[in-house]
Amino acid sequence: MSTVVESHDHGHHGPAKGLSRWLFTTNHKDIGTLYLWFSFIMLFIGGAMAMVIRAELFQPGLQIVQPEFFNQMTTNHGLIMVFGVIMPAFVGLANWMLPMQIGAPDMALPRLNNLSFWLLPMAFGILISTLFMPEGGPNFGWTFYAPLSTTYAPSTVNFFIFSVHVMGVSSILGSINIITTIFNMRAPGMTLMKMPLFVWSWLITAYLLIAVMPVLAGVVTMMLMDINFGTSFFNAAGGGDPVLFQHVFWFFGHPEVYIMILPAFGIVSHIIETFSRKPIFGYSSMVYAMASIAILSFVVWAHHMFTVGMPLAGELFFMYSTMLIAIPTGVKVFNWVATMFRGSITFETPMLFSIAFVALFTIGGFSGLMLAIVPADFQYHDTYFVVAHFHYVLVPGALFGIIAGAYYWLPKWTGNMYDETLGKLHFWLTFISVNVTFFPMHFVGLAGMPRRYPDYALQFADFNALISVGAFMFGLTQLLFLFIVIKTIRSGKQAKPEVWEGAGDLGLEWTLSSPPPYHSFTVQPQVK
Amino acid sequence: MAYIKKVFTKLTFVIPVLFSSLVFSEASDYNMPVGVTDVSESIFELHMIIFWICVVIGVIVFSIMFWSLWKYRKSKGAVAADFDDNFWLEIGWTVAATLVLVWMAVPSTQVMVEAYDDAEGEINILITGHQWKWHYEYLEDEVGFFSNLATSQEQIDGDVPKGEFYLREVDEPLVIPTNTRVRFLITGNDVIHSWWVPDFAVKQDAIPGFINTAWTNVPEPGIFRGACTELCGIKHAFMPVVVRAVEREEFDAFIAEKVALAEEERLLTSKVWTKEELMARGEGFYATNCSACHQANGQGVPPVFPALVGSQIALSDSARHIEILMEGVQGSAMAAFGDSYSEVDIASVITYTRQAWSNGENGDGVIVTPQDIVAYKNRIDL
Repeated sequence: MSTVVESHDHGHHGPAKGLSRWLFTTNHKDIGTLYLWFSFIMLFIGGAMAMVIRAELFQPGLQIVQPEFFNQMTTNHGLIMVFGVIMPAFVGLANWMLPMQIGAPDMALPRLNNLSFWLLPMAFGILISTLFMPEGGPNFGWTFYAPLSTTYAPSTVNFFIFSVHVMGVSSILGSINIITTIFNMRAPGMTLMKMPLFVWSWLITAYLLIAVMPVLAGVVTMMLMDINFGTSFFNAAGGGDPVLFQHVFWFFGHPEVYIMILPAFGIVSHIIETFSRKPIFGYSSMVYAMASIAILSFVVWAHHMFTVGMPLAGELFFMYSTMLIAIPTGVKVFNWVATMFRGSITFETPMLFSIAFVALFTIGGFSGLMLAIVPADFQYHDTYFVVAHFHYVLVPGALFGIIAGAYYWLPKWTGNMYDETLGKLHFWLTFISVNVTFFPMHFVGLAGMPRRYPDYALQFADFNALISVGAFMFGLTQLLFLFIVIKTIRSGKQAKPEVWEGAGDLGLEWTLSSPPPYHSFTVQPQVK
Repeated sequence: MAYIKKVFTKLTFVIPVLFSSLVFSEASDYNMPVGVTDVSESIFELHMIIFWICVVIGVIVFSIMFWSLWKYRKSKGAVAADFDDNFWLEIGWTVAATLVLVWMAVPSTQVMVEAYDDAEGEINILITGHQWKWHYEYLEDEVGFFSNLATSQEQIDGDVPKGEFYLREVDEPLVIPTNTRVRFLITGNDVIHSWWVPDFAVKQDAIPGFINTAWTNVPEPGIFRGACTELCGIKHAFMPVVVRAVEREEFDAFIAEKVALAEEERLLTSKVWTKEELMARGEGFYATNCSACHQANGQGVPPVFPALVGSQIALSDSARHIEILMEGVQGSAMAAFGDSYSEVDIASVITYTRQAWSNGENGDGVIVTPQDIVAYKNRIDL
């Protein structure tokens, strides 16, 4: 790609001063920064909740917290990590990178962009405030199955419902913005099949969000009606159907799972090609694989519900459709490996996180395949085996993708190189602790420990102690990440425009200065 | 299951003996139990087949990846090639992945068809999940009972050492006969629970308004322990499942005893009860069924679980008191006890809570008798 870039630095185009820069900003980089910091703060809040959970589970018996509070911790840990960490972090990366990757000055709808962000602190402020109310916060699991979340819920569930509505609005507005930007603001010559894979991954993700967020809003609205207006959508005593809740929830929930992984696929693809110094293998099959995963995600939802009592044909259909997902996912893994094959590989921190992503996400994929096998799922369902599975795809999967992306683009954003030694230390501590934490969960799950238990039988004690030690180590290690990020923002070796050797040819973002000008591309580059 | 056995034997052949013996050991702390029924054994074998297929794929993919990382590292002077696709390679691995999945799908479907069978059993048991205990009812003999956690609160709080079956013991296990097809009809009374016995490979959600079915046929006598596996509230971890499988004669004797007890219970309803008798019975009932929420000292956990001490209903409104016990409280965790317990139990626990703590001194001291409950039921029936 050849590009002509000029930085037009008129004084009045710079950011406003002080707090108003952040409150009223319409700049894609400022909003991206806000999203990323928001997600980082929520990572520590949600992480602190995980630490409470692990401290209680360190040994059998009730030591630290009572079951009532424990259930609030598991519920809020899940909600915060899903809606407050992974999703906003990806939106933050999209805000920063999409305009720079497609050669645009900013997002298409900058004021909407500001609104999408500022809805989030409101939503999470409401959610977290419930923990301080007399009845306590949501305690029915992040999947909030009715009727535990309706008839039997604390009255603070109404705050939870409002909070979910606000998060949903934020996600939908963000997605509209991303789709509009990608379709209207690409540089001349950048056809769809020339778009960077991160852009592709977000285009697909944005469609998924627009498709399923209204479904989530629908299900919480039905809850709201059941709780406050005497309807019986989910109340069997009134002729309703508690299983309907699960069908509607997982029709949202399964695409949601891919919303949390597709952008990581995009990020990791860029990093692997950069540090293998070789173009990504099978670009078009990567795009088709992501599209297939997205489409399949709408027909697999009931694999979360194999034990609700479906007819045989239903169980088999959802088993087969779920197994199909292994094909496009496998293709992606093979493509990443083929990209490394005969490359010229170096092992900077983003690459280390990406290699770990490929290996550990694949392990999460294997346990996912095992969970798809209905009869075996009767034994796995709602045990720690499931907890191990989704943490493998979400922590060394989605979160590693985000951390890798942060290291990869941090020099571009700040103009400073991060400290490579500290970065590698961060990687190795994270890599070891993540496996000490989540790998033994496979074993306790198979041996029969159900999830969402504040207390457990004695034969699970040794593994649980080990898991807790791993979790504390993982949690502490992320403080090192915080330190590295702050250190990079404040100082560091000046980064070149291309940052990484040979990256100048890989994408438009590497043709901009580091840090890039406030309005990214003021003259559209030409893509050949 | 011959097909599965064949594949299985082949696979175990490939695996180093040492590692396989490690993973196949029974009653494992780190693997799925083989269980005791044909279905549970088939599921275990299926689980191991899928597991080893994943291991083999993983070893191949990771070997190529780590070998590439090592072989093509730049520090060794590797120069990058320039290819970025290979049509036939991509078609090849897509087809290969599909074939492996079909290979997995065949035994999976067979085991599923084997496990899925909702025909009537010789014995049919209605299992109802309550917050936070299981109720078992033998449909042929019309007898039933609740099964509560037997582990003491002192063990949970760490005041006394934990026993061998900590959180896996109940006051009254479900009893089933061996070598008999037993069908479970599973439902929920309040929220969704899930009834799981790993050794039978039976896990089925207990959903209000639905009756799910599962079945088993246990060849040997034994005690089998399981758990509730759907988050059902505060005491989700404290409602274990224990099943005792016994020979047919012992089972028949057990049922006969239960039938006799139920008859005795019915006679008690017409008996004239003294306050002391009701108090004694009510205290036991309260400890088992009420203290989880309202606490042993009657103080509850406000505002979620109201205090009974000093409650206006417990002090001066016996009619409403009966109504709450019988019908429950809509929109709260207070369940309806009327259909699940005898008139004697309901009367005694109402009397107990009206007399215990300081309620006896401060309240009207009304004694509710089983006859009052019968009268309430008759009034409702009109």
